Amino acid sequence: MNSEAETKTNELPIDDPFAELLIEKDVRGRSLWVDAWQRLLKNKAALVSIVIMLVMLLLIVFGPMLLPWEGDFTDWDNTSSPPSLKTGHWFGTDPVGRDILVRTLEGGRISLLVGLVATLVSLLIGVSYGAVAGYYGGMTDRVMMRVVDIIYALPFMFFVILLMVVFGRHIVLIFVAIGAVNWLDMARIVRGQTLSLKNTEFVEAARACGVDHHAIIRRHIIPNLLGVVMVYVTLTIPQVILVESFLSFLGLGVQEPMSSWGALVNDGAQDMESAPWTLVFPAAFLTVTLYCFNYIGDGMRDALDPKDHL
Amino acid sequence: MALLSVSNLEVEFKTAEGVVKAVNGMTFDVHEGETLAIVGESGAGKSQLVLSFMGLLAENGRVAGTALFHGNDLLQMKPKELNKIRGRHIAMIFQDPMTSLNPFLTIEKQMMEVVMHHQGLSRDEARSHAVEMLRAVRIPDPEERIKQYPHEYSGGMRQRVMIAIGLLCEPELLIADEPSTALDVTIQAQISELVSELRKETKMSLVLITHDLSAVAEIADRIIVMYAGEAIETGTVDEIFYSPQHPYTRGLIASVPRLDRVSDDELQAIPGNPPNLLALPEGCSFRDRCSEATEQCYQRPPLWRAGSGRTSRCFQGIEGGEIVAEPTGEGEE
Amino acid sequence: MSKPVLRVQDLAVTFTSFTGGWLQRHERQLRAVDGISFELHAGETLGIVGESGSGKSTLARGILGLIKPGRGRVMWNGEELNCLNEEELRQKRKELQIVFQDPVASLNPRMTAGDIISEPLWTFYPNMERLQVEERTRGMMKVVGLLPNQINRYPHEFSGGQCQRIGIARSLVLNPKLLICDEPVSALDVSIQAQIINLLKDLQKKLGLALIFIAHDLSVVRHISDRVMVMYMGQAMEVSNKTNLYRRPLHPYTNALMKSVAVPDPKLAAAMRKESWLTGDMPSPYQRPKGCIFHDRCPFKVKRCEADVPALRRMEDGDWVACHRAEELDLSIEVPASG
Repeated sequence: MNSEAETKTNELPIDDPFAELLIEKDVRGRSLWVDAWQRLLKNKAALVSIVIMLVMLLLIVFGPMLLPWEGDFTDWDNTSSPPSLKTGHWFGTDPVGRDILVRTLEGGRISLLVGLVATLVSLLIGVSYGAVAGYYGGMTDRVMMRVVDIIYALPFMFFVILLMVVFGRHIVLIFVAIGAVNWLDMARIVRGQTLSLKNTEFVEAARACGVDHHAIIRRHIIPNLLGVVMVYVTLTIPQVILVESFLSFLGLGVQEPMSSWGALVNDGAQDMESAPWTLVFPAAFLTVTLYCFNYIGDGMRDALDPKDHL
Repeated sequence: MALLSVSNLEVEFKTAEGVVKAVNGMTFDVHEGETLAIVGESGAGKSQLVLSFMGLLAENGRVAGTALFHGNDLLQMKPKELNKIRGRHIAMIFQDPMTSLNPFLTIEKQMMEVVMHHQGLSRDEARSHAVEMLRAVRIPDPEERIKQYPHEYSGGMRQRVMIAIGLLCEPELLIADEPSTALDVTIQAQISELVSELRKETKMSLVLITHDLSAVAEIADRIIVMYAGEAIETGTVDEIFYSPQHPYTRGLIASVPRLDRVSDDELQAIPGNPPNLLALPEGCSFRDRCSEATEQCYQRPPLWRAGSGRTSRCFQGIEGGEIVAEPTGEGEE
Repeated sequence: MSKPVLRVQDLAVTFTSFTGGWLQRHERQLRAVDGISFELHAGETLGIVGESGSGKSTLARGILGLIKPGRGRVMWNGEELNCLNEEELRQKRKELQIVFQDPVASLNPRMTAGDIISEPLWTFYPNMERLQVEERTRGMMKVVGLLPNQINRYPHEFSGGQCQRIGIARSLVLNPKLLICDEPVSALDVSIQAQIINLLKDLQKKLGLALIFIAHDLSVVRHISDRVMVMYMGQAMEVSNKTNLYRRPLHPYTNALMKSVAVPDPKLAAAMRKESWLTGDMPSPYQRPKGCIFHDRCPFKVKRCEADVPALRRMEDGDWVACHRAEELDLSIEVPASG
């Protein structure tokens, strides 16, 4: 290390009026994320949605443990019974006597799990793919994006059915199938953002400082993308849950005895006239979740909007 | 009577960190045919000052005080009434001509929109009026160029177009917010010259907002120097440049690199940074950067006046002047 | 006379674009930098002045290899930078640094001031101890006039002038030998400009840097330069020693620039206004005038200027000018004593 420069750095400049004050403690910085978070919390719809989702999460994770029966317990005395406090089945039972409340909560576990995991997969693949394509540009970018276009053109359902037929209805397969398609959108969005970030002055400054490509992508490009990505993620999760529900509705989703909201809705739809509660509750949970994620997504987009930022 | 008469104007913003007082009691007049320059650093409140009586403040801003235009208080007007005045009687030009012009519309459309809205002229009348304005701001071949888009103009020409748009309705008052800051030196010089000539031709009053004191030496009649939301010195252009009273004004003048002074020494910079409006120093807001500050300056300085329009907010006072207003004792923050 | 550390020979940067639709695509060339040559010694400051479109920012990037030059050579300490591959050039960044015009845009809004300044250290000295890095970063902050306790703050929490100081600290943390400042004060308030100019001058003396200071205003470079180059549409009009240039510019364009500068003196400003003669705008770079590139705006032109391109040639006192009539014209600036 340059010792010559070492000594130079100890001198104070002439016009610094605070030279004598040399305050000891470091001042805490207020990052843009903190700003955005505060703005998000001011958004009432988003705040309520966050609270609802947290409550739902708690219910889904801990609820089934607190209830006296499991999802596959069949209460032969109370088949197809409507919701009542007397029987202890607050959401009623289905034709086989299974408690709808427990089924809904356990179904929620699967739905949310699929939502989160598939989104995570698409996030990891999509962000790295898109950032690399956007950053390196040129032929790399063109080839990579053509691949995306080709996969995009493949019919999703066909692909999923093919996978199911070949590998059977396994839950991991659902993650793979959904994740494998969703990353495409993420990659496109990230590539677009990367293209505009690439030309910012601070990226140019990093290059001028000799920072290598990997570090630029890691330190400069990706953190500045995260805002957009996070908004997209909160909007992808409900999308994925819905896709899974649709698959289940078609009978291609999770297998019994595991259930998801989609599967429950499917079952409930069949008994809609005789036992409407078997449809209403899972559908309500599904709908509320979708709404909440959408409000949170909107709120995040507003909170991260640079125009409002002074 | 003055064309525009501002009294005790205050502008506050509610932010996450508290209430920020961007403008703290400004009182001044703009007379017919005069050019007033409001000079100050970023954050001094000069833009917020005019945005407030133009009805263009951000949502979290609050205004107090009065701004009388021909005797009518702009601050009390409903948006509909204000709209009749904006563009027609008071026009405003903003800093960056590239972002002030709509890149998707031809210059023709943008200019005609203004004229037809305010003066109810027919399309042909509007077009020839617009072409005349472009000619007045020295744009070559105006009949041809009016059909072009903003990106086909150079920066200097875009600024001229902005001035032309401002002049379309022959307003009585034109407000220009940092009109030359984004422009090259030779273009700035040309725009200054243009503005000088236009002033002679019309009776228009001009309010120029800038951080560059030198830029207004040529065209201003009077100058208000703002710091931390207050007018710390006012006077005619000769008074301000040839006998500045306030240390900040003196500092501003001294810190400009000059061609006419031969010096290899350091530039006399004003130390420190523009003040944080949430944490102004006790007493005089300029105290912590002032090379002439004394013990006294821990108190709010009084306002001195010498003749009409010549004021200074400093303990040093003005020669031949008198104290007009004791410090309000309003201990800020 | 010591050897120059930087030698630029006939540097040119051209941008190609395409116009026309599918059927009639034709290529357009923009010669942003059109043959610039100069030398620079350690401890010396070259001021480069030009308006928008003069190519000065492109020149800065071309010298550093941030944009690939179309032709010409850049010799740094005898080594030719254009011959280096990407990795070798990257290593050279330790010695060649740049400060940008927009102080806020040149800082990553998601990184703290400390991280921004430390990044070059992480890049070239990855094995340096964390504490050492921090110490050097804080030291650097002090040197540029920032309080070290602000190390964890983000760019949006600093003023424009302070952000520029962060940028300067970042560029100097590796102790480079050449610093190019691309309009470092143009985006700052006039009251802060003086601080930054003083700071740069001071740092240059202390660190023995070779400094290139780019500006659009002749008065700004005056305080800091030893020599000044005036650029117009990618070409050098004049490269003169400072004292000479300000007293007697050799090129009409330099004379015009000087007359356009704003001064904080009403009477002087009015007097200068009377003398200024430059009108119109720079011609479009796609329609470059033939012959001397300035001839269409020059009041002193003669027939020759329309056809022959004047080469940058050396005058008696070591200054260079690109004008056919340099010997005959007296473009001295008589500045009346200011009140």
